[in-house]
Amino acid sequence: MALYSEKVMDHFRNPRNVGVIENADGVGEVGNAKCGDIMKIYLKIENDIIADVKFETFGCASAIASSSMATELIKGKPVSEALALTNQAVAEALDGLPAHKVHCSVLAEEAIKNALKDYYAKSNME
Amino acid sequence: MKIYLDNAATTKMSKTAINAMLPYMDNVYGNPSSLHSVGQAASEALAAARKQIAECIGTLPEEITFTSGGSEADNQAIISAARIGQRNGKRHIISTAFEHHAVLHTLHKLEKEGFEITLLDVHENGIVLPEQVAAAIRGDTCLVTVMYANNEIGTVQPIDAIGKVCRANNVLFHTDAVQAAGQLHINVKEQNIDMLSLSAHKFHGPKGIGVLYARKGIPLMPLIEGGAQERGRRAGTENIPAIMSMAAALQESCAHIDENAGRLCVLRDQLIDGLSQIPHSILNGDAAARLPGNVNFCFEGIEGESLLLLLDDKGICASSGSACTSGSLDPSHVLLAIGRVHDVAHGSLRLTLSNENTEEQVAYTIRAVKETVAYLRSLSPVWRDLIDGNREFIIQ
Repeated sequence: MALYSEKVMDHFRNPRNVGVIENADGVGEVGNAKCGDIMKIYLKIENDIIADVKFETFGCASAIASSSMATELIKGKPVSEALALTNQAVAEALDGLPAHKVHCSVLAEEAIKNALKDYYAKSNME
Repeated sequence: MKIYLDNAATTKMSKTAINAMLPYMDNVYGNPSSLHSVGQAASEALAAARKQIAECIGTLPEEITFTSGGSEADNQAIISAARIGQRNGKRHIISTAFEHHAVLHTLHKLEKEGFEITLLDVHENGIVLPEQVAAAIRGDTCLVTVMYANNEIGTVQPIDAIGKVCRANNVLFHTDAVQAAGQLHINVKEQNIDMLSLSAHKFHGPKGIGVLYARKGIPLMPLIEGGAQERGRRAGTENIPAIMSMAAALQESCAHIDENAGRLCVLRDQLIDGLSQIPHSILNGDAAARLPGNVNFCFEGIEGESLLLLLDDKGICASSGSACTSGSLDPSHVLLAIGRVHDVAHGSLRLTLSNENTEEQVAYTIRAVKETVAYLRSLSPVWRDLIDGNREFIIQ
């Protein structure tokens, strides 16, 4: 059996929503280079909808695929749905991750939550 | 198209090695322990292979024990030396921080039993000095074990000088020569090596077979109990096809060491020159005292597993010391031992050449690695921070 599912390899080879959003409404970064994984999520939010989302990831194939899939799962969705995204949902959408790579999907969930936290913090200040 | 650049992991079997094995799966199928003619034919073949291998490393057939490979040979050498030491009240072992896990884990097991282990620093160039060994030897030192050449960064250790130090101090000297055998000249007598491990699949022989050389008079402790094969040092019916194949492969490699090294060093240095052009990259290990086919780099701002898999898509088979490829949370202990910090060690790439590789393949690989590193950096928030000046470059 291959190390990763076809879905993981597809999102790794052709990651969706890569890049940066200038003046993003929310930015979340998790992980650290020491551990070998960093994910950064940028959100554009309009009328409580994730109007746009971009990511940058330093990490292995499953980290890149998890970020890509997570952005796909929340794009165009209400903020409440994005907040409810779980790492299991990301992993399932990728047709599963090897046991020692499940933490990559956890990072994706946390990165989105952090970006939304940042969004709330910024909007409360306005 | 496949460009196989992972020869330190394993090599393709040579035609010579494959052909050498065939008769022993077909006509000469006997058990060497059987007294009848079919068994004795196998026994004669076994003796011939033992002699052939002994000659390749400058020793006598009776000092050669066949094992299942390098790991078993390392285990048996170290455990045997420890038991000899223990009987004489000597429970101190010297080794280096970047040995293969077959050595390090065996030492760790002995440490739990009460042995004291000194792991010597290998410096940023990946080379331990004989003076360090001399300084570490104590009255209760029973073994020095230092690898001939490192499996990840390919640095070649000063084995002759360490052998002299050990002999002068009357301490047993073992070397894990798994990466060196067939690539570098080995003469255990001239080099004062008491024990040496090698593994056939690293020199175009089959997997699952190796050798432990032990100087006459060093009692080897069997790890596998049973019959009296290998003069009681390792039970179990000998794997004759693999042994015959290993002997042929080693002889073939050893006959062409200088010629192969000359060719491989040219390709290696082309790869090193090409990859050095990538900004914020660094060669791991000494540039000169390294195996003819070993190239190992760190690239800042990216992670090795991603690099490895994208290179595989381009037909290039390589290896990395990143945590993700090791299956643990830490990157390679070898890269950490030469002082690479975690952030940088995760972005490592090892390319190991064989005679099958060509200049065209090397040129293609340089282009592919450059493109892939640049692409992964374009996805990397670490790289963005580095170029935006929000994070300090570690590799200049």
